[in-house]
Amino acid sequence: MSEIFQRFGKTLGGIFVALVLLWLAGLVLVPGIYMVNAALTPRLPLALRGGPDDVYVLENFAYLLNHPNHGWIFVKTIWSSALVTFVTLLLCYPVAYWLAQVARKWQMRLMLVLMLVPYLMNEVLRGLAWYIILAFSGPLNAMLMGLGLLDEPHRWYGDGGVLAGMAYAYILFMLFPIYNAICTLDRDQINAARNLGSATWRIHRRIVLPHAKVGIATGCVFVFMMAAGSYVAPALLGAPGSRWFTQLVYEWFFEIGNWNRGAAYGVALMAMCLTVVLGLLALFRVNLTSAIK
Amino acid sequence: MLDMPRVAKMDTPGVLPGVSSPLPSAVSLNNVEMRFGPTRAVKPLSLDVQQGEFFSILGPSGCGKTTLLRLIAGILKPTAGQVFINGEDMAGVPQNMRATAMIFQSLALFPFMTVWENIAFGLEARGMAKKERRRRAQELLELIALPDHGGRLPGELSGGQRQRVAIARALAIQPKVLLLDEPLSALDLKLRQHMRAELRSLQKSTGVTFFYITHDQSEALAMSDRVAVMNAGTLQQVGTPHELYSRPGTRFVAEFVGETNVLSGSVSRIENGTAVLDCPEGRFAGRSTPGLREGAKARLYVRPEAMRIGDGNHNDLALTIERYDFEGAFATAHAVLEGSYPRRDVSVTISQQSLSSAPAIGAPFRAGFCARDAIVLPDE
Repeated sequence: MSEIFQRFGKTLGGIFVALVLLWLAGLVLVPGIYMVNAALTPRLPLALRGGPDDVYVLENFAYLLNHPNHGWIFVKTIWSSALVTFVTLLLCYPVAYWLAQVARKWQMRLMLVLMLVPYLMNEVLRGLAWYIILAFSGPLNAMLMGLGLLDEPHRWYGDGGVLAGMAYAYILFMLFPIYNAICTLDRDQINAARNLGSATWRIHRRIVLPHAKVGIATGCVFVFMMAAGSYVAPALLGAPGSRWFTQLVYEWFFEIGNWNRGAAYGVALMAMCLTVVLGLLALFRVNLTSAIK
Repeated sequence: MLDMPRVAKMDTPGVLPGVSSPLPSAVSLNNVEMRFGPTRAVKPLSLDVQQGEFFSILGPSGCGKTTLLRLIAGILKPTAGQVFINGEDMAGVPQNMRATAMIFQSLALFPFMTVWENIAFGLEARGMAKKERRRRAQELLELIALPDHGGRLPGELSGGQRQRVAIARALAIQPKVLLLDEPLSALDLKLRQHMRAELRSLQKSTGVTFFYITHDQSEALAMSDRVAVMNAGTLQQVGTPHELYSRPGTRFVAEFVGETNVLSGSVSRIENGTAVLDCPEGRFAGRSTPGLREGAKARLYVRPEAMRIGDGNHNDLALTIERYDFEGAFATAHAVLEGSYPRRDVSVTISQQSLSSAPAIGAPFRAGFCARDAIVLPDE
């Protein structure tokens, strides 16, 4: 903190600090407190607020636990987000390794451009692209039937579609941290391991993966958080049976109008995400600051 | 060491293993060439390294010596020619199946593994049981005099210790040939000199053939049984350090290995192994070398320590001292040859004892050298 004042002087440094505090207060602290507060109070008509019934209760959370479906959707959202994270990791690790250690310069540039171009579009449009690809009479079914792999069109909307759409939407958030990490690996480390007689899989397990650990953890945190909080992909590519927890939160707020229950659902999701992320970091033995770096 | 019997073989590189000696060469290169696109990093060359030899490749950076090492290790495949290790053709043999181990310039120790795990890594890949691995690693730690450092991470070791761990890791897989790529270049001078002696004694005690790459001539000359001098992708000369120093075969070797004085002119006479050179500064004689022709341009090389101060020498030079560089046991006098244009610098080594009677700075003096201490090489 004193470093900021030393570098920018009292006035400018003060302005910077004030801006950061304002940011934290306005965008993190106040809405957060408001939401937790709303989650813990019952939904009351305006006239009864501040009255004897306006006390802290757990009934909004209890509703989630006791609901025949919502608890299940909650678990499934977390589980599916983990699955999305895992799938993107599986897809990204080999690509990142290839880009960072194997590819020639022009190959790497070409690949990066090809992968970045779709991201110049809005997330909703990218979701719509998959909506079209996966449609009942869309190109994917047509192609698979043309190849003779399917006899009749398959309904892709639902869990499979949501998974594909999300993996696609967040893949770069997995790719880049891993790519960055593997880039910093000294090529001689791989040469040395091979020279000592190591097979390729062992080189990856013992040399490349430990080195890329921080990048992998960062990518996993990003993708998991975004998948769990995703709304567009499940809304577009889901089916009635594959509802995402964020859709429930949305409904409580904007369709049913019960903000207190919506807030409780939101808080539950946030708490779960935080638990999973911290668990992930503990699993990788990475601390939060180095993961975000 | 200078007159070891195997030295006799040095003039016949490229002899196929098993033909002329009972033991196959540790490393044998037969017209090996390496191209990267249009550039030839290694021009076709042949070389034989004997079993148990400390062999160095000495050359300036970019001369292709590291490429040569990587060809032997199998990290690169030669575009032409053959590599033999222990008499076996290595064509198509991947690097992990070769009887070589490499020590990288960066050492490439695995930072996330302990010293034990680092040393045992090659054994792990060979499927050795954990207990046995640990025992072997401990043996090697004792060999490199770091018996208590097995549990540390490489980052917790000093430069010299890391160096030794890298050697132990390479020796663990019991290679026939250890390939070392300028492993001492990152160390400071004192440690480097200490590690030279240590490498030398490790090599003698293990009997493993060392194939050592360096751009540092004092390193190569101090440690090696034989040295190959390399420049621009070609082998200039192969020989013992003493041979390279006293009988350089090419201009490059004469000028690259050690300090030397140069006089250039044309050959006026060759007889009885002595060549007489006509230079603008006078007439000088030195040992003749093959390829020298009367009337052709040539250069005479004489080491600073072969120069004698005083009158009455053969090959007499009139000099003026410019400055002395004091180097401890001796001093080097940097002088200018009088009447030379463009100016020709001549350096003369002056021993500690005779420093007090040496000529003053700016004073003219005479110095000369014996014809047998100088060498005349054709101007390529």
